[in-house]
Amino acid sequence: MAAITTRNLVKRYDEVTAVNGVSLEIKKGEVFGLLGPNGAGKTTLISMLSTLVRPTSGTATVAGHDIGKEPLEVRRSIGIVFQEPSVDDLLTGRENLRLHSMLYGVPRREIRPRTERMLAMVGLTDRGDSLVKTYSGGMRRRLEIARGLIHEPKILFLDEPTLGLDPASRKAIWQHIRELKAQHNSTIILTTHYMEEADSLADRIAIINKGEIIELDTPAALKKKVGQDLVFLKGAPDEAALRALPFVRSVERSGDAWTIGMEDSGANLQALLNAAGRLEQVEVRRVTLDDVFLKFAGQQISDDEEEHAEGIFERIAVNKAARR
Amino acid sequence: MNLNAAGALLLREALIFFREKERIISMLISPLLFLFVMGEAIPEGQSPVAGFTYQQFIFPGIMAMVLLFTSITYGLYIIWDKRLDFLKEVLAAPISRSTLFFGKSLGGMIGAMIETVMLLVIGALFILPVTPLQALLCLGAALPVAYMITNMGLTIGASMKSMEGFGLVMSFLTWPLFFFSGALFDLETAAPYIRAVSLADPVTYAVDLMRIILLGKGHFSPWTDLGVIALFCLATTAIGVTAFGRLQQEK
Repeated sequence: MAAITTRNLVKRYDEVTAVNGVSLEIKKGEVFGLLGPNGAGKTTLISMLSTLVRPTSGTATVAGHDIGKEPLEVRRSIGIVFQEPSVDDLLTGRENLRLHSMLYGVPRREIRPRTERMLAMVGLTDRGDSLVKTYSGGMRRRLEIARGLIHEPKILFLDEPTLGLDPASRKAIWQHIRELKAQHNSTIILTTHYMEEADSLADRIAIINKGEIIELDTPAALKKKVGQDLVFLKGAPDEAALRALPFVRSVERSGDAWTIGMEDSGANLQALLNAAGRLEQVEVRRVTLDDVFLKFAGQQISDDEEEHAEGIFERIAVNKAARR
Repeated sequence: MNLNAAGALLLREALIFFREKERIISMLISPLLFLFVMGEAIPEGQSPVAGFTYQQFIFPGIMAMVLLFTSITYGLYIIWDKRLDFLKEVLAAPISRSTLFFGKSLGGMIGAMIETVMLLVIGALFILPVTPLQALLCLGAALPVAYMITNMGLTIGASMKSMEGFGLVMSFLTWPLFFFSGALFDLETAAPYIRAVSLADPVTYAVDLMRIILLGKGHFSPWTDLGVIALFCLATTAIGVTAFGRLQQEK
């Protein structure tokens, strides 16, 4: 049985269509990555699935419950780690976990042991009695992950779980996500704009851009669609000859810079260079999900990183300009 | 109604309230100014109730004022929750919106009751004798009043987008509610147009009830006061639960 099924989900705000007809099926026990730039609709999609935002149209079932008709059942089955910190600053870490457990109906006698276990897991046992406002960004995030897990949800939503974390904390959280999958067979939906993160954690990845899913496959298959390796050439190669090679998957040109997607550069590079003819510069690198995104979404995902805060306003401004 | 969850919300408010001691003190400042500056400065003969000084006369009204300001401020604070994204955690929890609403309004009552107890102690020490029975009755009367006003604050807060509206609500709602309540004057001798507005002000009945308890004399019967307050409690509950039902995450 599927953990999550969506049928043609749409969310339209006054000025923007945040999610534009998403139909998905996410299997039980799967780590599902939603990959896309800021403003692609990842958070809105998660908000609809967690019943925080009502869809404009379309339906979805989460853990067997309809998001429109049985929101409380849906919420009981899920855990969410929001993109923006939502732990209570005025309380301590322990208090946050305790209140969350009460809100989610964790049996009374289990609250204390689970709180301690979760704090230990995210390495906050020593700071459990400090007010959250004294925590660093990474500590807050870890506390939030602990909170999202304390009621043992069947499905966990992680919205940019490692955004703004240092590499060590990021690795620790990745490790934990892997353990969750291995030990509890939890279904995890992960949004990220870090390719590396999606690549190393997700079983399947949906690339989402402008509210639509443009590709959905395993990381390996997605990379294969671009070609296994990328070769960057400068000069004036013989394009027809390149295209004729059996291991070449794509040839793109901008000015005198060429990007060639090919299989197994180790074995085939010499043949490629022979066919290409005169060249000034050659560079070879493995395909990453960045390349996949660039190919399918037609833009670089990391371009948006700086616009993080004003993303939505900018889109509104763009829309207004377009109407004029 | 999920009691565990309502308990959690209540616990949060209590924890925060006791942690932010400045807030408890600051809420008492303007009521004490009214009580000790205005109350002391106006000569004894000006009291509308025979046998009491003006300061003693306004004391019940100032109790209602404390309830009004504490409760409405608390209710409006939900805008902060929204801005700080804490509300998201609660909105995502498997609790109904009415549980959330009741948890929040009960939480607000804790604060209002603490303030009331403090003012009652100050009053008993410096202003007028208060018997234990009167104190208990005062606290009993304060409960529904705090509830109805917290509900008003929460309802307004739930539909407001930013903290900027806070000042507007205070100027256009809270202060008028206070001034027209008859906390500082006697309805009997007030101009007819003021009386007319006062009759529509729920705080009027809270002031009157406190006055009956503490001074033994009011404008209405205690049953009228209680009836009107009960009506407002019901109405604000209905409106508040609806407003909370509409609360959505903003993006």
